[in-house]
Amino acid sequence: MRGPIAIMAAALLAFAGALAVRAAAPVAGVADAAILADVMPPKLSDFGFFADAPAQVPRDGVVPYRLNTALWSDGADKLRFVYVPAGARARARDAGDDGGLLDLPVGSALIKTFAFTEDGRRRLIETRLLLHRAQGWVALPYLWNAEQTEARLALAGARLPIATPQGPTISYRVPNKNQCKECHGVDGAVVPIGTKARNLAHGWLAAMVSAGRLDRMPQGADAVPLWEAREAASAVAAARGYLDVNCAHCHRPGASASNSGLDLRWEQADRAALGVMKRPVAAGRGAGAMLFDVVPGKPDESILTHRMASTEPGVAMPELGKDSVDAEGLAVVRRWIEEGAK
Amino acid sequence: MIRHAFVATLLLSAAAPAIAATHQVAAGEGAQERLQEALILAQPGDTVELGAGRFVLTDGLSLDANGVTVKGAGMDKTVLDFTGQKGAGEGLLVTGDRVTLRDFALENPKGDGVKSKGADDIVYYRVRVTWTGGPKATNGAYGLYPVESTNVLIDGCLVSGASDAGIYVGQSRKITVRNSTVSENVAGIEIENSRDALVEGNVATRNTGGILVFDLPALPVMNGGNVIVRGNQVFDNTTANFAPPGNIVASVRRGTGVLVMANDGVLVEGNSIRGNPTSGVMVIAYPLAFTDTRYNPHARNVTVGENVFENNGTDPQIDGAPMLLQAFGGALPPVLWDGNFEGQTGLRVAKGVAGWSLGLTRPAQPLEESRPAPLAVGTPAAFDAAGIGAPAELDKRI
Repeated sequence: MRGPIAIMAAALLAFAGALAVRAAAPVAGVADAAILADVMPPKLSDFGFFADAPAQVPRDGVVPYRLNTALWSDGADKLRFVYVPAGARARARDAGDDGGLLDLPVGSALIKTFAFTEDGRRRLIETRLLLHRAQGWVALPYLWNAEQTEARLALAGARLPIATPQGPTISYRVPNKNQCKECHGVDGAVVPIGTKARNLAHGWLAAMVSAGRLDRMPQGADAVPLWEAREAASAVAAARGYLDVNCAHCHRPGASASNSGLDLRWEQADRAALGVMKRPVAAGRGAGAMLFDVVPGKPDESILTHRMASTEPGVAMPELGKDSVDAEGLAVVRRWIEEGAK
Repeated sequence: MIRHAFVATLLLSAAAPAIAATHQVAAGEGAQERLQEALILAQPGDTVELGAGRFVLTDGLSLDANGVTVKGAGMDKTVLDFTGQKGAGEGLLVTGDRVTLRDFALENPKGDGVKSKGADDIVYYRVRVTWTGGPKATNGAYGLYPVESTNVLIDGCLVSGASDAGIYVGQSRKITVRNSTVSENVAGIEIENSRDALVEGNVATRNTGGILVFDLPALPVMNGGNVIVRGNQVFDNTTANFAPPGNIVASVRRGTGVLVMANDGVLVEGNSIRGNPTSGVMVIAYPLAFTDTRYNPHARNVTVGENVFENNGTDPQIDGAPMLLQAFGGALPPVLWDGNFEGQTGLRVAKGVAGWSLGLTRPAQPLEESRPAPLAVGTPAAFDAAGIGAPAELDKRI
């Protein structure tokens, strides 16, 4: 049994570095030790990612970015930042290599803040961190306080009422630490999902190269359509981009839903793997009264759209981070199916 | 919400010395956060001990650590109540290896009960999953759901009300399901796309189908087989099929005792199979069209040995049932075979086991083309039981 004294002693010994960082308030820069040490710092401010955290103004070296097509999370605004430690550079990978997922060095961090606008004011809900440590990536969720002054580690997640931009007030779910891995897990390890060259703008990548934070321009960048310009893209590209970003982190080999046999990655060319005339395996009642994942020309007979259109646990997809329906995403996928799911 | 006193524990947890600890969690206010925190902070060798009482939960729980035991005060004393669940696809998700789950219950999870995925060396002991409203299409799909795992032991568990399978083992290897009771599920026990499974000493009653062993196409793991179904009580599986259409179990006929479909090497022996109105044992090829070239739709090397058969096939859910019943003298013989075989690997039955064949000659052949006839197949060769079942080491944890 661990006694309280042993706890304190071990904590002090093992985490003197992190404690020292926290003791030196205010933190002058990004606290590399907090990223690297084998600890779970209790406050977001312990990392020093922001010059002004409530306003989400990042420190030097913490670079904002966006994705062409993003994961939809109940309509939350997302503020994304990437941190590469001083003196290090990310390595580009070409789109043919896992979508061109940036190879971020140990000591890097991905920071994503979820916010909603209420009464004309932005309210920060949670900030999720992916920290690249020597032993691999670690995911930690931080929940903002009501005063909007600090975000605290919320290992077990939380639920809170949120008025969504699309209308209804929902019970918004902040995922727990393990649930981070349900989406970010491939072959048992936590990995970043979004920062793939194909889903990042040429301009942003070029700026990263000029700033010396990225070694070169990757091939195949910027291929996924820009979401707000999706009308100009083909139905196929818009839908496949959406499905890749919103579904394929689980529905791919080695990930949470690998056993379904459904693989919705952008690069998947086998229509059966994409669900076309594929029978469900372990969908249970999620299948509704339908026989196939995707029936070309018939979105109303396709399990894929049926589950996207549901908010009921056990039926709704995605299983996590969704308490309302993404009408725009659903429309894009329906259109793809109507046009033959090519 | 994280309390202040919690911080020291948090700081410690990531690099704590490997001394087994017990984390006690009581029912009551804040159970969701307290229990989930304990599951996250548990280290290999630790036990998360659930007190007696009803844990009212709003979200799925998950355990990702290796070597953790989650132990309640008994399957009737510690109840994880998911009646008000708002999110997640299951009640408890386990992704760590060497996990032991024992002596607690889950009630009314919205999706599956316990799912363990890629979780090797797992033991489920005296775990109960109940949908308390009885069989309903709105119940969750699977009660206990190990998938993509090697070394799985399920013992003394109890599942009722699953709208798919009570105990479902999928895409796994080295499996034992024993001494468990499954009732009022669509499928009682289902072994799917799995190898080396022993299903022994269970009670399967009042399901639509009692025990199902089969392979499906287009899955990452296929070539299921090497399965023994032995010493089970499979009786009165008379519940009308309440699965939503679309899933394979929705096609299971009410009153199927043991179903073997598209599998290689299955022994059904020493069971008591009684009062299953469609068929005591059914051995068939996969009946639907498929495009997966890796898939073999045939039931191969299936042996039905000596079993107690009583009162099966009296009210079969099969087209032309009245004529069939008349032809067979009021009840169908206990073993139904579709007639499909591949090479020399067709069905074999012990001497004296009665059966009938649909006389089909190819998988997915329309049933209208069936030519029913009494079963005429060979007697079994010895069945090689070596390597079947979970490794004995797992027994030490119960």
